[in-house]
Amino acid sequence: MRALSSEAAAGYGFIAPAAVLIVGLIGFPFGLALWFSVTETWVGRPGPFVGLANFVRLAGNGTFQLTLVNSLLYTIGAVALKAVLGFILALLLLRITRFEKLIRGAILLPFVIPTALSTLAWWWMFEPTYSVLNWTGRALGLLTSDVPWLSDPTLARSAIIVVNVWRGLPFFAITILAGLVAIPQEYYEAAETDGAGAWQRFRNVTLPLVKPVLGIVVLFSTILTMADFNIVYLMTRGGPMNSTHLFSTLAHQSGMTSGRLSEGAAISLFLFPLLVLIVIVQLRLVRRQTAYE
Amino acid sequence: MSKGAGGRRRGGAWAYVAIAPFVLFALFPFYYMIVTSLKGDPELYNLDAIPYWISEGATLRHYAFLLTETLFPRWFANTLFVSALTVVVSVIVGILAAYAVARLRFRGVATFGVGIFITYLVPPALLFIPLAIIVTQLGLSDTPWALILTYPTFLVPFNTWLLMGYFRTIPREIEECALIDGCNRLQTLLRVVLPVALPGIVCAILFSFTFAWNEFLYSLVFVSSGVKKTITVGVTSELIRGDIYFWGSLMAGGIIGAVPIVVAYVFFLDYYVSGLTGGAVKG
Repeated sequence: MRALSSEAAAGYGFIAPAAVLIVGLIGFPFGLALWFSVTETWVGRPGPFVGLANFVRLAGNGTFQLTLVNSLLYTIGAVALKAVLGFILALLLLRITRFEKLIRGAILLPFVIPTALSTLAWWWMFEPTYSVLNWTGRALGLLTSDVPWLSDPTLARSAIIVVNVWRGLPFFAITILAGLVAIPQEYYEAAETDGAGAWQRFRNVTLPLVKPVLGIVVLFSTILTMADFNIVYLMTRGGPMNSTHLFSTLAHQSGMTSGRLSEGAAISLFLFPLLVLIVIVQLRLVRRQTAYE
Repeated sequence: MSKGAGGRRRGGAWAYVAIAPFVLFALFPFYYMIVTSLKGDPELYNLDAIPYWISEGATLRHYAFLLTETLFPRWFANTLFVSALTVVVSVIVGILAAYAVARLRFRGVATFGVGIFITYLVPPALLFIPLAIIVTQLGLSDTPWALILTYPTFLVPFNTWLLMGYFRTIPREIEECALIDGCNRLQTLLRVVLPVALPGIVCAILFSFTFAWNEFLYSLVFVSSGVKKTITVGVTSELIRGDIYFWGSLMAGGIIGAVPIVVAYVFFLDYYVSGLTGGAVKG
């Protein structure tokens, strides 16, 4: 009995610092964000309770509607590309036996370098006058005039997706690779004995067994991609004509640059339903996996 | 059943040919950054010059400008200070919490574990506005302490989650021996568990340092004076004046700012890979 209570005492003592941090600097700010979103608060000026007025106003706001569309396009486009290319890259990495470490290291690099700094390189590559892409296009005779990469809405949207894919691809590839490596070799031997060809082995062995890992990576990346800030803030500031704004950059512009805390907090909170959904699905996946073990 | 290398075939040359575009895609921006940072301005802004390499001689002028004429050395020092302190704090807090969740039984531990998992997924973009107000109310606005206080909000959940996995793989028996010998829980953790969990701790330190060094949003919002900025914010805001971009020094700043991360990365590549895949594969 005494041992049990000392174990509990140690437990509470050990989690105390983390618990204080979570309550004070995640829980409390979250409550504050909720409060801001239902009041009319400006920087340095607390305001009255206004109910859902901020959300109603946002729903009718053209810029916000565009941000919603942008966020979906950006997230779906980037995550889909990362998943497909990441899978291909993982399959290739599996077949690389020489210079394995060197190639893995090179592939992983975009993921570890500060995104804010590597985005500068992309920004320079998309620079209207000195763009290396335009130079190459002209040199090859493919282009006659400069392509305005970041001042045309469609091109700008594509450009930020490319940068996001570049940065996030290593995470997909390395994680899927770990999933592939964990598949027991016997399954492949059995499939081969049964006369399965390469495609059938991929469809009936590889794909189903990698699916759980792929699912977790996709979910994880979905929240990170939708909550992305650095790439858009640095390359386009949400422009041209608000066509690349994400929730985070619009919230920053509204809450920090213009001082409309209520509106900024309300915009940020649109990330919350997605977070809840992903937490529920992930927890269910984790529980199911544990049940199998 | 043995864990094999799923369908691993010895790759023919085609695998190398097929992976080449991926390697090129991953590395080209870095290569281009280095080339740009070493070019003189006349060549840099000459539209007819070939952008892919340096034709008119390399120069360190942009690096010299960055190190002597800008606040870059201050930003570097600020980032180092903030990263070092946040890593120490968040790894210690993470170790204690992870050990409790992985090993100790008490009321509320399961709830706490779920709480860690949820906060691990909370993106900084969700809370930066209320945190800015809290930081201001505490009088920490525009000081490094604003960052040292807020970075643990994403580092502690990450470290706890990562280390829980490591602690669970350690056999209970070795701890029980220590406990029977009269060690209390803290002594057991320090003397018996930590030495065995060292790879996990290295991994936590490495990731925490990388996250803290690379952080951008909180640093942008909570710190405003030039001398107090961190590298990511300093380079991307202070080297651009109006419409004039110092592309050479911008790229030089990007490269020097990434050096500590690259060095850590080269030495500890395997830890990066295990940390990256640990969460997803173990669930």
